[in-house]
Amino acid sequence: MSFRGYEPVIGIEIHVQLDTESKIFCSDSTEFNAGDNENVSPVSAGMPGTLPVVNKKAIEFAIKTGLALGCNIRRKSVFARKNYFYPDLPKGYQISQYDQPICEGGSVTFKVENVDKTVSISRAHLEEDAGKSNHSGECTLINLNRAGIPLLEIVTGPDLRSAVEAAEYGRTIRQIVRYLDVCDGNLEEGSMRCDCNVSVRKIGAEKLGTKVEIKNVNSFRFVEKAIEYEIERQIEVIERGDRIIQETRLWDPDKNKTFSMRTKEDAQEYRYFPDPDLLPLIVSDEMIELYRKQLPELPIARAKRFQAVHNLPESDALVLTSEKSMADYYEETSAISKNYKASSNWVMTELMRELNLEKKLISESPISPKQLGRLILLIDSGSISGKIAKVVFQEMWLTGKDPEFVIKEKGLVQITDHGAIEKIVDEILSANQQNVEDHRSGKKKNLMGFFVGAVLKASKGQANPEIVNKILQEKLR
Amino acid sequence: MIDKKTIEIIAKLARLNITDSEASEFSVQLEKVLHNFEQISKIETTGIEPMITPTEIESFWREDIAQQNFTSDEILANAPARTGHLFKVPPVV
Repeated sequence: MSFRGYEPVIGIEIHVQLDTESKIFCSDSTEFNAGDNENVSPVSAGMPGTLPVVNKKAIEFAIKTGLALGCNIRRKSVFARKNYFYPDLPKGYQISQYDQPICEGGSVTFKVENVDKTVSISRAHLEEDAGKSNHSGECTLINLNRAGIPLLEIVTGPDLRSAVEAAEYGRTIRQIVRYLDVCDGNLEEGSMRCDCNVSVRKIGAEKLGTKVEIKNVNSFRFVEKAIEYEIERQIEVIERGDRIIQETRLWDPDKNKTFSMRTKEDAQEYRYFPDPDLLPLIVSDEMIELYRKQLPELPIARAKRFQAVHNLPESDALVLTSEKSMADYYEETSAISKNYKASSNWVMTELMRELNLEKKLISESPISPKQLGRLILLIDSGSISGKIAKVVFQEMWLTGKDPEFVIKEKGLVQITDHGAIEKIVDEILSANQQNVEDHRSGKKKNLMGFFVGAVLKASKGQANPEIVNKILQEKLR
Repeated sequence: MIDKKTIEIIAKLARLNITDSEASEFSVQLEKVLHNFEQISKIETTGIEPMITPTEIESFWREDIAQQNFTSDEILANAPARTGHLFKVPPVV
């Protein structure tokens, strides 16, 4: 992508909050809705004499994510102390990983405007979150509930070339960690936070420009806007003949601007060193193989299978696989209906519409996938028309009842009995003598639609439309 | 060489206020300390892996079970200042 002869170079760090019950180095709860400082213990408060003990689940989640991103999993990784002073970091250091992270050297592929884009993952390391500060002017208030919550920081190479790619990358990571069930992906609650490293250079230039870091962006839409703004800002600075200052900037979503937080002069020096309180993290081949076997089919592979095996169009496959729960729902539905495209249509249109209207998750759908599958079977077997099926669907949505039951209860079975339909046709024709004559004489054209509509209406939509058509054509000849 | 400038940076990182004369004093002292450690770096270590811990014992891990052993009042008991159940500190920004 070209920006007035410049090429942006973007790398992204995403902090993924691992969805464990307890913190990474102690057993405090990770519950988001806890009272102030309720999920704190001497370990997370940084009391002297306490010792961290690693949460096994956090390791499992880190390894699973690493495997899903095609990373090499280090059999031995090391926790290091990252030293800095800030009131929400009670120990005066954050336990992180430095030169020996648990995951290294992977990649992720996703679609950007219908073209495949592959981004390298240089590393993913485990660390603990800091507490939360609230600045009120005359004082700062600290809540340590978040201190010690496990994070996996996923770092890309400088491979992204536009704001759109960066945002798509973020969405892809969110999709993957949600498939893996290692993170709820809830950006509002801070379960994923993005830092974007942005620089620009003249197209063709080898050397990277000076990079600016945009910190703590909490939505992918803002990632896109912040990077777009930053690219333009940097190009303007260079075009003016000025130099880009290496600095950290923040995104202000209200003003649609980034602003400087700190410059390189007071840049941090973290003095990393291996944490003597923790043993090196040693993971066995058996453990990695066990987790590899537990990996679910990932979104891209699943979308490809839906296209190849179920013959779905790419657009359907991508929408259905955007969330694991939706892909699961579709698969269960189609396993019953054996009609892939119809299952896809019903899930993507009728079901999604109702879910969106009531702001429900697919897991909360009153209609089970098996019920929806059977509804489709009833259409395909000719028991009900597609139109009636929508009525049945509405009733199922409201009551959660089985389609067969709703059809029986409401008397919605499609009328396929020739005689019964003929009777309705005769009634309609005799009630509309004038139209019949006009049709026969050719005085008015296109009256066929009128007759079909009238018969269907009289049968409350239950008459089989094909039979209605056939009888009408015979009678009006 | 540990000059005064380096001492000032270290003091700043450690959030310590030091006087000019202290900076000079510490630069001499630290220089000596570092010199002693430099003798270690003279040891031939080619082919020896850096040691992180003296024992390469199996990692010890916790199961992921949440427990609440302290109330927020207990956690805040040592805090010099508090507002509600939050720690109160001088303004940071």
